[in-house]
Formats: sequence, structure tokens, C-alpha cells
Amino acid sequence: MSSKGYIQSYSIIKNNRVVLNGEEFFAGGAEDDFATFIRALYKKLEITHSSFYKMDDMCKLGLLATELVLKDAAIREKYSDTEIGVVLSNSSSSLETDTAYYETVKDRNNYFPSPAVFVYTLPNIVIGEICIRNKIKGENTFFIFEEYNPEFMTDYVNNLFVSGKLKSCVTGWVEYYEGHYEAFVYLAEATQGDNRCIHSAEQVRKIYSF
Amino acid sequence: MNSVFLISDNVITSLGFTTRENAAKMREKCSGVMLSEDSFISPIPFYASLVNTPLLEEAFGSLNAQAEYTRLEKMLITSISEALRSANVDPSSDTTLFIISTAKGNIDLLEERLKGRFPKERLKAAVMAKVVSSFFKNPNPPLVVSNACISGSVSLLLGKRLLEGGRYKNIVVAGGDVISEFTVSGFQSFKAIGSGPCRPYDEARDGISLGEGAATVILSVVPGPKGAIALKGGAVTNDANHISGPSRTGEGLFLAINGALNDASLAPEEIDYISGHGTATNYNDEMESKAIHSARLEQVPMNSLKGYIGHTLGAAGIAESVMATYSMKHDILFATAGFSKMGVTQPVNVLSDNLEKKVKKVLKTAAGFGGCNAALIFEKQ
Repeated sequence: MSSKGYIQSYSIIKNNRVVLNGEEFFAGGAEDDFATFIRALYKKLEITHSSFYKMDDMCKLGLLATELVLKDAAIREKYSDTEIGVVLSNSSSSLETDTAYYETVKDRNNYFPSPAVFVYTLPNIVIGEICIRNKIKGENTFFIFEEYNPEFMTDYVNNLFVSGKLKSCVTGWVEYYEGHYEAFVYLAEATQGDNRCIHSAEQVRKIYSF
Repeated sequence: MNSVFLISDNVITSLGFTTRENAAKMREKCSGVMLSEDSFISPIPFYASLVNTPLLEEAFGSLNAQAEYTRLEKMLITSISEALRSANVDPSSDTTLFIISTAKGNIDLLEERLKGRFPKERLKAAVMAKVVSSFFKNPNPPLVVSNACISGSVSLLLGKRLLEGGRYKNIVVAGGDVISEFTVSGFQSFKAIGSGPCRPYDEARDGISLGEGAATVILSVVPGPKGAIALKGGAVTNDANHISGPSRTGEGLFLAINGALNDASLAPEEIDYISGHGTATNYNDEMESKAIHSARLEQVPMNSLKGYIGHTLGAAGIAESVMATYSMKHDILFATAGFSKMGVTQPVNVLSDNLEKKVKKVLKTAAGFGGCNAALIFEKQ
């Protein structure tokens, strides 16, 4: 499969460690819980985005993984709103928050369904949060796979480039379920600037090394 | 670019188990939205369109399945089987792909009354989709789209793009969601459920009616017979404004409509019918009418089918597209059930009665949580 795009920057967040473009950006305490770790990463990034604190854990994870890959990319200067897209995937959808939400309704004697929790019971909400934060208005889709599928995801995004639907895309894998979390997010672009590498499944496997 | 055709379809809702049964009820302006007092689903009665369980068991039973399936899997398998019945498509071929659209998958398996009945992994949508595609002995891993209420529209557009890629000859696009305690309580907590059957675009609208169902479209690169419907284009956008409320300006949906027109190489004045999203929430219908104005489509006859079948979530984009293609084939545009007096500030041409009209080029709109919007264009050949 010939490539039709380039990977500009990538981030990996797992096991309380953050890697940006192959180098360690931040490490939390090995024993820190997710809430402590992600708050520390938020502070390290020196951003102010008040709705961050309202988000569920999967949205916090996806938002900060995106923040990392976009922080030096200047996409707002290079592209119009609709030339940028977000195409993400995971295995467990929003089941972590689904389970938490269901706890608030399962007992009829203690029934307090919360709209603030319910709103996070869809996997594409993380895309919505990323779009709000970065003023992205282009193509946005959430796919669910048993495991990360770089062949499909790279092909799909490259085809959006070839057909002229997008010029750049935030894409990857944002998974959070039962305490296990993992984000691999990167910015792909249709044209080669000072881009690091070709956007192909092979390259993705290399940089994500799985 | 190859053309992509809708060669067969099915819709399962409260109104019936085939596209034709659904259409017959809509033609008679018969709504499937009823007051439900199912206390397993909600401690207080609520209006919704629910699939009849004994009829579902009967229809699914006739397929002689050898294993246990969830309610959603039964709806999807029954819908796909029915669509395959009238199509010359081999579901077990490696040139056939399955795309499953769902907002919540087997979410009812989280609930107390079903706990332990199925392996926990069935809560995962990709596992559920594989159970469905395996029933038809399809060798390809199915794709799953979960993009809230635009999932069905996105899945159809995905199917078109994949067929144009040349690897597949036929794609089975099926969507569905169950209406359960989870969904109903959540929309109740949002105060989003109407006090009666929903009233899209109407002055007195006060919220949605949830709808249960499944729908299937079989897309093919093989041109259908004369009168076949092609999926000509589409676009997906994001409001970048709010995660649970539609944009006040309609800009995101307008961008999707504009993108879809460009994708199909059409001008707005060529569109002769709009199958709207029309959820009957105050904000959605207001937003949608603004988007339609911005696109200069306010004179085009439009309807929302949610007064008949409710908001069928992951099935909605597919079910409503199927009914739109029925309208194209049979020259009948359905009245918007629940609509009587214009209730959006920028008037649009909402059909309050059935209209016999030949339509050739049709726009389908959709919008959902997460700020997502989708538009599709269908054309009669």
C-alpha cells in the first residue's frame, strides 16, 4: 500500500508515562491513580481549559493526548476549520462511564440518574471535546475494533486526504476500561512539510511498537 | 468514481418487520409511538416506539439460529436476513463486508435482569458485530461505527467509500439499538423525552420519543435495475461548540449539507426532498431549520419520520434513508406525524400531509451528541 500522507507528531500515554515523538515528555508516579496522573499531566502542559475537570477519564485521556500532538503543530494557521478532522477508535467504547452511570439508576430506592454523567456514555464525546478545544469542524468518526487496526485506520484517513475531504487529521486509539488505559494519538497531514514519517500501517506499528 | 447503489433494504420498528409494512403504516399516518408502562425500563411511564417482542421472537425463530442471541443481535440478524432475501448477494463471500452502526450496542447486558445471561465481552460492540456477521458466515472482520445519532448515516457513507476503493463488491450496512432502562433513564435525566408522541418542528414540541429498531441497506457496485437509487455523496462535520447541545447557528449541519452537495456535484436547487433529522427537541429542530435556510433549501418539501418510529439512535440514519428511498421509488412523501403548526423561527417546508410527488434527488440530514452532523445525497437513476 503506497502512502498518501505523513505523520507530523505522535503521543503515547500509558502506564503513567507520556511519550511525545519518541521521547519521554512526562512520567507520573508509578503508584499514582489515573486521576492524580492525568491532573499532573494537565498542569505540566500549562493549559487552561475549565471543562477539563468535568470530563470523564476517557475524554481527559484523549484530550491531553491530542494536546500533545497539536501543541507545536500550528494547525490553525495552516488549515481552515473543515480541513481538519478527528478519526478515533477503541475497543471498549464508553463502557467505563456506562458502568458508572448504570450504578446511579440500578437501585430504584437510590435512583439519581445524572445528566452530567450520561452525556459521557458515548465514545464519540471525546471527539466532540477535542473539536471544541481545537476548533476542529471537519470529518469526525469513532470506530470500534477488538484491537487497534492500523491498516484500516491509516487507509481510511489517507483516502480522506486523496479525495480532498481533509488536509490533516487527529487520529489513533483512545481506550479506557476497568482501570486500564492507553492512548496513541497522532497528527497526520496530506502534504509533506517537515513531517517525520510516512503515514502507513507499517510506520504506525513501528512508532507505536506493538 | 464508481456509482454505489442501494440494492436491498429492511426496516424493523414498532410499525413492522419489513420496509413495506413500515411504509404502509406511515401512509396511513399511523404512529408506533405509545405510552409504555414497562417498569423494567422506567419507574415512570414514558412515550416510545418499541419493537414487539413476541413478533421479534417469531421472526428470529424462523431463522433457526443455533445459539443464544441478545435482543439487539436478534433485531440486526432478522433485519439483515430480510434484506438479503431479495438481493443476489452472497454474505459469506470475502468480497462482502459488514458494517454495524450502533450508539450503545448490547447496553442492556449491563442491567440487573440480564446480568450473567451472556459473556461480559458481548458488551463490546466489536464482539457483538462479529456475532452478527458470523451468523452469515462472513469471513471479514466487521467494521463498527459508533458516532451517536449520526452513526447510521456515517456507516452508509463509509460503505460507499469502501466500495469505491474496489476491494468489496457488496456491503451490508446494518444499524440498531435497544431501548432499555439505561437509555430511557439517561434521556429522562436530560428532560429530553416529550410529554406525548414527539412533534417534530411543531410549535408545541417538547422533546423526543425514543425508538427501538434495526435497519439494513445492502450497497453494491452492480447497477440496479432502472429506478434504482444511488448514494451519490455525503459529508460529516462537527460543531466544535457543545457536547450535548446542538449549535445555535446551525453552522455545523450547514457545512455538512454543503459538503454533501459538493461531494455529489449538485446545486441546492436540484434537491427535491429532504428527509430531516427532526428529533422534536426545541434546540435540534431550530438548529436544523437554520441550517436548511443557510443552504437555501427552505422551499424544499421535508419531513421527519420520528413521529412514527421515534428516534431509533444507531438505526436512525439507515432506517430513515431506507424510507426516503421508498418515497423515491413510490412517489409518496410522508406527512410529518405530530406536526401541525410551524414552530421554528425560520420556516421550512414541513409536510403536514402526505404528498404524491416524483422526487429524484434527496437530502438526508442527521445530527448528534458530541456536536456531530451528517448529510447524505441519494439520486434515483
